[in-house]
Amino acid sequence: MAIEILQIVGIGMVATFLALILNEHKPVFGLMLIIFVGALIFIFLIGKIEEIINTLEQLAVNAHLNIVYVETILKIVGIAYIAEFGVQIARDAGQGALASKIELAGKVIILVMAIPIITAIIKTVIGMIPQ
Amino acid sequence: MSIDVQTIFQIAGIGIIVAMIQTVLKQMGKDDWSQWVTLIGFVVILYMVASLIGDLFDKIRDVFLFNG
Repeated sequence: MAIEILQIVGIGMVATFLALILNEHKPVFGLMLIIFVGALIFIFLIGKIEEIINTLEQLAVNAHLNIVYVETILKIVGIAYIAEFGVQIARDAGQGALASKIELAGKVIILVMAIPIITAIIKTVIGMIPQ
Repeated sequence: MSIDVQTIFQIAGIGIIVAMIQTVLKQMGKDDWSQWVTLIGFVVILYMVASLIGDLFDKIRDVFLFNG
């Protein structure tokens, strides 16, 4: 398990050098290479993330938590990961404005998904207030 | 994993070779041809990257956004 970090760092360094060479002649190809390596590392990590999430789900089931809330939290984590991926690519390509918009979209969608949880919290708080 | 690592080198190789071909074609005075070579190389690489990103999104959907 621990040896995999060497693989990741090696791939990252090789890709960095290749991108340096490519950027001299064809910057677009260098960007494509960087996107590819980013996706590759992400795919590599997603297997590990799956294990973590399965453990969390198991814990939630054992603790008799409402599964809807856990599911929402996991979805929010997923949205954050995807949005971050897109934002980094756009920023690398020099499109800072577009990156900000993707970031904004991620935040808004996360907020929309959190509405049921916020509603539940507000209902609980209101129920605690003595009439 | 090893297949995907090969693709990194493929992309870098295509990029370098396209740059080389473009230089040669420009020196021969065929600028329009060199444009086409760049475009085709770009499309090939874009296909590789797009298929990997599609793969990535599928996996993210499986892990995080289960049941759609």
